[in-house]
Amino acid sequence: MNAAGFPLLSLLTWLPLVGCAIILTVRGDEATVAANARWTALWTSLVVLVLSLVLWVSFDPSDADFQFVESAGWLPQWGIAYKMGVDGISVLFVLLSTVLTPLCILASWEAITVRVREYMLAFLVLETMMVGMFCALDFLVFYMFFEGVLIPMYFIIGVWGGPRRVYAAIKFFLYTLAGSVLMLLALLLMWHVAGTTDVPTLLHTPFPPAMQTWLFLAFLASFAVKVPMWPVHTWLPDAHVEAPTAGSVILAGVLLKMGAYGFLRFSVPMLPAASASFAPLIFALSVTAVIYTSYVALAQQDMKKLIAYSSVAHMGLVTIGIFTFNIQGISGALFQMLSHGVVSAALFLCAGVVYDRIHTREIARYGGLADRMPGYAFLFMLFTLASVGLPGTSGFVGEFLVLVGAFKVNFWLALLGSLGMILGVAYMLYLYRRIIFGALTRPELRRILDLSPREWAVFAPLVALTLWMGVYPSSFTGFWDATVGAMVERHQAALQPAVTLAGVLPR
Amino acid sequence: MNWTLALPEIVLTCCGMAILLIGVLQQRDTFHFCSMLTVGAFMLTAELVATGSAGAGYNGLFTVDTFSVFSKLLVLVAATLGIILSLDYNEHSNMRRFEFPVLILYATVGMLVMVSATNLMSLYLGVELLSLAVYVLAAFARDELRSSEAGLKYFVLGSLASGLLLYGVSLVYGFSGTMEFGKLAQTLSDPAHGSPGLIVGLVFVIAGLAFKISAVPFHMWTPDVYEGAPTPVTAFLATAPKVAAVALLVRVMASPFGHLLAQWQQVIILVSILSMLLGALAAIGQRNIKRLMAYSSIGHVGYMLIGLAAGTQAGLRGVLIYLLTYVFMNAGAFACILAMRRRGRMLEQISDLGGLARTDPGLALAFAVFMFSMAGIPPFAGFFGKYFIFTAAVQSGLWTLAVIGVLTSVVSAFYYIRIIKVIYFDPAEAEFDQRPASISVVAAAGALFTTFFFLIPAPFVAAAEAAAKVLNL
Repeated sequence: MNAAGFPLLSLLTWLPLVGCAIILTVRGDEATVAANARWTALWTSLVVLVLSLVLWVSFDPSDADFQFVESAGWLPQWGIAYKMGVDGISVLFVLLSTVLTPLCILASWEAITVRVREYMLAFLVLETMMVGMFCALDFLVFYMFFEGVLIPMYFIIGVWGGPRRVYAAIKFFLYTLAGSVLMLLALLLMWHVAGTTDVPTLLHTPFPPAMQTWLFLAFLASFAVKVPMWPVHTWLPDAHVEAPTAGSVILAGVLLKMGAYGFLRFSVPMLPAASASFAPLIFALSVTAVIYTSYVALAQQDMKKLIAYSSVAHMGLVTIGIFTFNIQGISGALFQMLSHGVVSAALFLCAGVVYDRIHTREIARYGGLADRMPGYAFLFMLFTLASVGLPGTSGFVGEFLVLVGAFKVNFWLALLGSLGMILGVAYMLYLYRRIIFGALTRPELRRILDLSPREWAVFAPLVALTLWMGVYPSSFTGFWDATVGAMVERHQAALQPAVTLAGVLPR
Repeated sequence: MNWTLALPEIVLTCCGMAILLIGVLQQRDTFHFCSMLTVGAFMLTAELVATGSAGAGYNGLFTVDTFSVFSKLLVLVAATLGIILSLDYNEHSNMRRFEFPVLILYATVGMLVMVSATNLMSLYLGVELLSLAVYVLAAFARDELRSSEAGLKYFVLGSLASGLLLYGVSLVYGFSGTMEFGKLAQTLSDPAHGSPGLIVGLVFVIAGLAFKISAVPFHMWTPDVYEGAPTPVTAFLATAPKVAAVALLVRVMASPFGHLLAQWQQVIILVSILSMLLGALAAIGQRNIKRLMAYSSIGHVGYMLIGLAAGTQAGLRGVLIYLLTYVFMNAGAFACILAMRRRGRMLEQISDLGGLARTDPGLALAFAVFMFSMAGIPPFAGFFGKYFIFTAAVQSGLWTLAVIGVLTSVVSAFYYIRIIKVIYFDPAEAEFDQRPASISVVAAAGALFTTFFFLIPAPFVAAAEAAAKVLNL
């Protein structure tokens, strides 16, 4: 048994489905069903959140190994088991998922008026998939959750999305699927070599270097689409723009982390030689993403599209950090992932707030909101500044650590990476100026209302998290210090015999 | 000689005759009664199959082993689902005749013989018994032009394929001197006997059987027959005979011709790649759901052939698991298609499904489950079929096949999720008629199996493993 004394991770994973079952049994007219579905979904996700706090409290940060491990036979003859567990890398992402889900449900309270029951079902199923994916310690189980995410997300974009939702939903589905199926082949090859899909075992299985190259490319195909890295990022702006607000929030907040998490869990520790030799490629793609998508963001007329492109740029920094293979870089990447999960979620919620009132995402249709919505203007400013990495907010810590890590590898890499930060300031402040400042000229904006108590409730935890992460980052980095340290050590140990062969080697 | 080996087949045949007599002698309408009797006969047969002993008999014509038991049970399940699906449709259309279940019953006898055959002669007999019954079934709606056309087309092309098969058999016999699987395997284990004439015969046998499983390039009949035949017949055609024919092909390739793996492997690889590509690409443009299912079945056959091409026990196991998942999702999908009826008229266009999620959420959910499963999205059963197939391909180092396989599965995912798009995203059309209970039962059973297969896959996989083991490839 594990530290909690009961199968905590399974409970976290499968509890949302119990909520689904309850929602399915609701009978009555549409309004009753909608109200019941909303409340049931909210309470289920809150219970899951409380349970995940147990995880937060009882997790032992000094232990680099997997904790709360639970295992059950599934296909025992083939070395496949239902195995769950978390380490320093995954534990906070479980929490991120459980924090964002109730916020999403709360944010959709009034915005979603049709097919509420199905909407709440989709979100609860999505929570199961996300939590399960971060907890899975068996590669096949991971893969099932990783792909299973597509199903609820396809519906969320396709049913409750904007005008081009069908195109966006299908594009999202096919892009991600195309990447994942290649990972399936890599999974099978790993199973063929190691005889098991158990992640801890695979972590200690040396794969021949030639095979590592192919495995790495297959993983890259899958994770690069999810991150998303340039040039396979094009599904993201479409999906973000068309998805309902809460869909964008969860997409930016958690789903984009799945790719980076995959790199950290599988590519880097399992394929050290290939990771080292492909690092320059990853750096090149990431730097391109950071600079190119920042410029693209600068030119956007659509609020959500701009934030979507900024996500691509921020995730570029994350992949840089991961492939520096040093403690600062990986730690920074993890921090940046968490910070981006909170801040970009908040920014999409900000976009959703005005979209709910005016029903347009076009930046030019806004202006001068500071007059009518001071509270909103304040929150939007906070998250804008967090997004550009102002010291004292969560964005700063991650970017700083990543750049420190990058400096250790290559000066130019760090320089080009930091160029993205400057561009980030440009497009975010430009966005902020166009929406919040200026004269309030448009008649429909004259009667716009400031945030409602429900919206404050949605934003409050995000504000708290942003500042907490910015002011006292070690309460978060502490979770993964041991794990990342062990990982970096193992990576360097694995590369030692091949020092002369590896292209890029961290000092 | 141990004649009890064929007891299930003998009992089923006798049941068929009895049901036929009942149908003829009774004056009133006996369709429903005969169908129920047939279902009962299938259950009885399944019981006999499950409890029967293993062994070879009838001078090597007929064998019962774990492989044949697995396939027979699957065939019987598929045939039972097929009969249940026909109940309501036949009542409402002009096909309310007791011959229908009897024909399905005899087709099933043919299939049972096929999967047990260990001699090219008994193999041919089984294939023909199945084919003749199915030709008639395809043309069963005799007042409908499309159905008659489908039956005729199927008959002409099917006869040609039977001719190819028979020609191949005669060549094999001529160059090896035997038709019995065991002796063939013995003869062929000596490389000196691998004459070109034998290879030509083998290729003809493959061609004949490839027609029966509708693999490219012998698939031409499939879309027309699937579209033209009455929908319950299509549902039956797409499940039970496919199981039997694939099982038969697997046995023929693995046991008598196992030593010629190097010779037939390339042929199977080519057929598999072509089937997957055609199944993925040609279905995209379809507007008729039955036609789409025809192309989808061609694609699925392509995936199954990957397992055969792998030429290992793991591959054969994959084929059997794929067949298992395929039967349930296909029967379920056809149940959903049979529920597409408005004011008594059957509908076949994909666009008719528009907004089904609002008018009939249960049916919509089941349909979505089947489509996701066919696309191979976890956690649905279809994923596990593909998983074990690709496992075998990777183990055998068939990378081209594996990569083409996964990529075509992405392409085919497009048309599957497009159906889901029509069901869930499009504005609602008028409601369908009340679903009959028989359709709901099959759809629910298929959906439950497909959805919850992931909870307990181990016993099914173990059964398939045991079945694949006896083929000692």
